[in-house]
Amino acid sequence: MNPSLILRTSAPLLLWVPVLVSLYVLVRGHNDPGGGFIGGLLAAGGILFFAIARGPEAARRVLRLSPVSWCAIGVLMALASGLPALLAPGQAYLTHLWWFPNVGVTLPLSTALVFDIGVYLTVIGTVSALFLALVELDDRGEVE
Amino acid sequence: MPALTTFSLTAPLFIGGAFAILLALLPLRRPAIAASLAALACLALYLPQLPVISAGVSLFSPFWGSASLGIVGGLRLDGLSLIFAMLITGIGALIFIYAHGYLSDDPRQKRLVVFLVIFMTAMLGAVTADDVILLFVFWELTSLASFFLVGYKHESLKARKAALQALLVTGSGGLALLAGLILVSIAAGTTSFSGILAARETVLTHPAATPAMLLVILGCFTKSAQVPFHFWLPNAMAAPTPVSAYLHSATMVKLGIYLLARLNPLYQNEALWQGLLTIFGIATAVTGAVLAFRETDLKRVLAYTTVTALGTLTMLIGIAPALSITAAMTFLVVHAFYKAALFMVAGIIDHETGTRDAASLGGLRHHMPLTTVAAVLAAFSMAGLPPFVGFVAKELIYEAKLELGQTAAFLILGSFLVNAATVAIAGVLSWRLFFGKARGFAQPPHDPPKTMLAGPILLAILGLIAGGLPAAFGNALIDPAVTAVLGRPAEVTLKLWHGFNLVLVLSAATIAVGVLFYLGWERIVPRLRSLEAMDRYGPSTGYERLLARVIAGAETVTTTIQHGSLRGYIRTLFLVIAVGCMGTLLVRKGFAWPNAGTLVDPRLGIALLIIAGSVAVMLARTSIQAVLAMGLVGFATALIFLSFGAPDVAFTQFAVETLLVVILATALMRLPLRGRDLRTGREKAIDLSVALGGGLAVSLMLAAVLASPFDPRLSLWFGTESVPSAHGRNVVNVILVDFRALDTLGEITVLAIAAFAVVALLRRTPRAIETTTPSPNLSKAEGSR
Repeated sequence: MNPSLILRTSAPLLLWVPVLVSLYVLVRGHNDPGGGFIGGLLAAGGILFFAIARGPEAARRVLRLSPVSWCAIGVLMALASGLPALLAPGQAYLTHLWWFPNVGVTLPLSTALVFDIGVYLTVIGTVSALFLALVELDDRGEVE
Repeated sequence: MPALTTFSLTAPLFIGGAFAILLALLPLRRPAIAASLAALACLALYLPQLPVISAGVSLFSPFWGSASLGIVGGLRLDGLSLIFAMLITGIGALIFIYAHGYLSDDPRQKRLVVFLVIFMTAMLGAVTADDVILLFVFWELTSLASFFLVGYKHESLKARKAALQALLVTGSGGLALLAGLILVSIAAGTTSFSGILAARETVLTHPAATPAMLLVILGCFTKSAQVPFHFWLPNAMAAPTPVSAYLHSATMVKLGIYLLARLNPLYQNEALWQGLLTIFGIATAVTGAVLAFRETDLKRVLAYTTVTALGTLTMLIGIAPALSITAAMTFLVVHAFYKAALFMVAGIIDHETGTRDAASLGGLRHHMPLTTVAAVLAAFSMAGLPPFVGFVAKELIYEAKLELGQTAAFLILGSFLVNAATVAIAGVLSWRLFFGKARGFAQPPHDPPKTMLAGPILLAILGLIAGGLPAAFGNALIDPAVTAVLGRPAEVTLKLWHGFNLVLVLSAATIAVGVLFYLGWERIVPRLRSLEAMDRYGPSTGYERLLARVIAGAETVTTTIQHGSLRGYIRTLFLVIAVGCMGTLLVRKGFAWPNAGTLVDPRLGIALLIIAGSVAVMLARTSIQAVLAMGLVGFATALIFLSFGAPDVAFTQFAVETLLVVILATALMRLPLRGRDLRTGREKAIDLSVALGGGLAVSLMLAAVLASPFDPRLSLWFGTESVPSAHGRNVVNVILVDFRALDTLGEITVLAIAAFAVVALLRRTPRAIETTTPSPNLSKAEGSR
């Protein structure tokens, strides 16, 4: 792949705009179209474009952790989000709990959000793991 | 004081669990010593309960349960649990000290200690659980710990095979046990042991009572190495000696015995229960005794005598009266003392001389005086010589059988032979090894460090003390356990001296015949060994054959289904869809047409896009063109979702399609795919018919679906419940993260696993080539050997 100068220059834009939008989509998801799954796909799209423009190494640097680590973190977050319910009497695992603290505005906080962030991270991890593994195949000269 | 009870019952489990984690994380210099202290701490928590338990009270503490799963939970400490808990923690503490010396130069020592601690905790949980499901979870945890401990030297093929064998045998037994326990708790209407024992009549008259009992017995027999499942135990001797001494003689293999004893109040009057336990028990005892005479490896000899002891215990529980249960509980403790001591002695000998071959060793007394003391004291108890506690136990065993009268003649004969064989083996382990001419070693060995001697000497002396004070030993420990096993109080006083009676004559005769066996040992062993038929038709061979056949079967299925041709997979997929849809429609006579009116819709225009995309896929000259055309189909589908007011679904579809096109295009540009279509005309015809069939079937199915009335109950429920119970207006997302969160959790787990698989498959580092783990082919070859 030999990306054009325009593509290479606009790479940060291609990365951060989708990621920011994805965060917005993730947070609004409980009341409006959106959520962790769609948000994760959007953010992964940003990482894909960045990997195409600047190469897989640069994309890995942006991710900091390996993609599968993000998968693991995501699944663990989702798993953990169900645990607080066990402390409440008579509640089943994954019954989400809500708090509405007032800090000027009322913040709707919940274990459901933790769960959704887990989904978000898992999707990002899976898509980037898949894509980066594919892109890096011929970078090592494995495929003739 | 219920709070204190709760503390002393639950704290050992938390100490064990927390300690295992800490141990794994912290770089301790003496992990085994620390573990020994943890075991002692647990023992210290149980010990203060001894007076209460001896008075006949049982203690209960709430512990994990789940109302929604119908699991009661809870821990209970009674006489039976306490005996086991004290053996587990007390012998555990000694084993850990021993392991410190035994593995002093092993860099992986910590791993062994961590698994031993996990095992100890699981055992404590299993013997104090008052709930069948809780018991089962801990029971399986001991099997898992045993797997890792037997396979500790994982470079060795033998150790890996033995670990797998132990896991498969006890694991399949565990499944039977689970089924049995569930049946029993369904019959009783509760999962708590106390509840089940209280609902005795209901459980026994339930239609599934007999299958339930048989399944439970099966689970116990595999765990406690009863015939024909005894073969895994000697093979498990591939584990390091501390493991053999702890798991495979003193504790884990007695878990089956524990459960039989625990359920005895339920089944004790059932003829089938008595018969099975008695017959399989005596058969196991005799088998173990005979097979012990085919071995000269100290650890395998000890393993077979353990099989013998387990058989004796099962038989004693099967015989049922108070006297025989007393004999069982006494023998249980006695055996744990002397067998753990002897295993540790065997480990010392191995450690100091480099061999465990009983046939070649002798005269160790001159070099290892302290080891000699431990070995001889323990062996005397094993042989049942007075004044050791082993004598007390043996007298009780004979007495219990004589009580049965003439019907038990075969039991008495069997026990007589088994006991005589035990006397002979005890002689081999003490007299032959330590006295006589010094032989079997190049360098003169010497006594091991104190840490390794402490355990065997202490246990051997305990055997002597308990023998000297039989009444106190019986009142404090044995009586409460017997009460628990019988379900009613029983007063049998333990005595060293029973007067001149038939039992004493039998004991004397046993020792005499045992001495004869001992003198003939050198001639008997090679003769029994040469009987190859015992190897050829044994259950061990049956296990090997079964395993080989299962692996071969799995290989056939895998190569048939996972043939690796993507085209083949897609063909199969669509064929199944076509046959499934058409078949259902034909069988259920479900063909139906929706009103023509519903089909006329301006959104049909989008369908034209889909058709155009599909045609373009087929006409595409390069793969990239095909991918782009397929993207068109996807986007058009998303438009349809959008037009029907499902923005979330449309949104997701757009995102997925975009990513799919990017990823596929990237992949296709890199992978060496053939551009041309190499299918033959016949293959093309088959593919075409499969495609048309699939399309037709799905269309007909959709038509039928559209013709039937829509049931709005679910969507209405989600619509009304979304805001009040989940605080969200977006129903789709609320379903994903809240109402059906468990499904989503499963889905993202699948995603994560897929990511791991992709990374593992596409990573072609040299490391992957060097791997020495056996492939399916290799293990098949191993199995058929």
